[in-house]
Amino acid sequence: MNAFIVVLIIGIGTYLIRLSFIGILGNRPVPSWAEAPLQHVAPAVLAAIAAPAVLLTDGSVDLSPVTNPQFFAAVLAGLVTWRLKNVVWAIVTGMVALWVLQWLF
Amino acid sequence: MIPFGLITGVTAANSEIGTFLAWATSWIIFAGAAQLATLDLFNAGAASVVIIATALTINARHFMYSAALAPAFQEYPSRWRLALPYLLTDQAYAITIGPYEEHIDPVYRRYFFFGGAASFWVMWQITTALGVMFGAIIPPEWGLTFAVPLVFIALLIPTLKDRPAVLAAVVGGSVAVMAASAPYQSGLIIGAVAGVVAGTAAARWWK
Repeated sequence: MNAFIVVLIIGIGTYLIRLSFIGILGNRPVPSWAEAPLQHVAPAVLAAIAAPAVLLTDGSVDLSPVTNPQFFAAVLAGLVTWRLKNVVWAIVTGMVALWVLQWLF
Repeated sequence: MIPFGLITGVTAANSEIGTFLAWATSWIIFAGAAQLATLDLFNAGAASVVIIATALTINARHFMYSAALAPAFQEYPSRWRLALPYLLTDQAYAITIGPYEEHIDPVYRRYFFFGGAASFWVMWQITTALGVMFGAIIPPEWGLTFAVPLVFIALLIPTLKDRPAVLAAVVGGSVAVMAASAPYQSGLIIGAVAGVVAGTAAARWWK
């Protein structure tokens, strides 16, 4: 499938999700069976994106700061987010940690 | 939101689908996390169906925002009810849901949402465009692609509000790691679905 078509389908789908209750389903609450799944989409999806990116080197789990400095940098960035609740500091910390580790090893 | 936009732009500048289409996701999709995941999956050569399913799963949270705002939107003319949801983002929802309970004047509410949400839209277009420009000049040795998982971690931490949410994240992350070599780059969506199922089951169990 053409990349433009894929992006367009995602765009239309996202708009329809946003429109759902406001414009189509009307003034009614989210059905109770859907409430808990929707509440857990964000943590599940975000972890599913982040975990492979920071845990894997060439397809296998790698926690060594020498061959996978991304893992250590990501843990540090996570701690900074948790304590300071600030996205900018988290990204800066993670990037600087990565650069320092790459320079060290 | 500014760093998030810049990083999305930098990612777009180095995208396999071409810089313009990658940047255009900012107004075609207009949802940062879904845009980043989409660009990432295109680069990894994922199947179209997987890309669409993953992006729409990420955006499924907007069902909750739409339902929460629907009572206040009911009295609006239908052209407003069709147009405003395009601007409905995490940030637009966050700034409006509080004031909506205090102000009952529908016209005030409509312009409050429109003003806030439209500002976010403009900011998003500008910061992602700036990111595209930076992305074209920043040398790849800086490893700025690593900023993308950092953004996702920064978004993840505040969602870990209770034990079921933590379990959803642990299961989602672990399954995605185990399924990393699944065909058509479907590991992400497999992990996400597993995490949602685990979180939902835990919420029922611990209730």
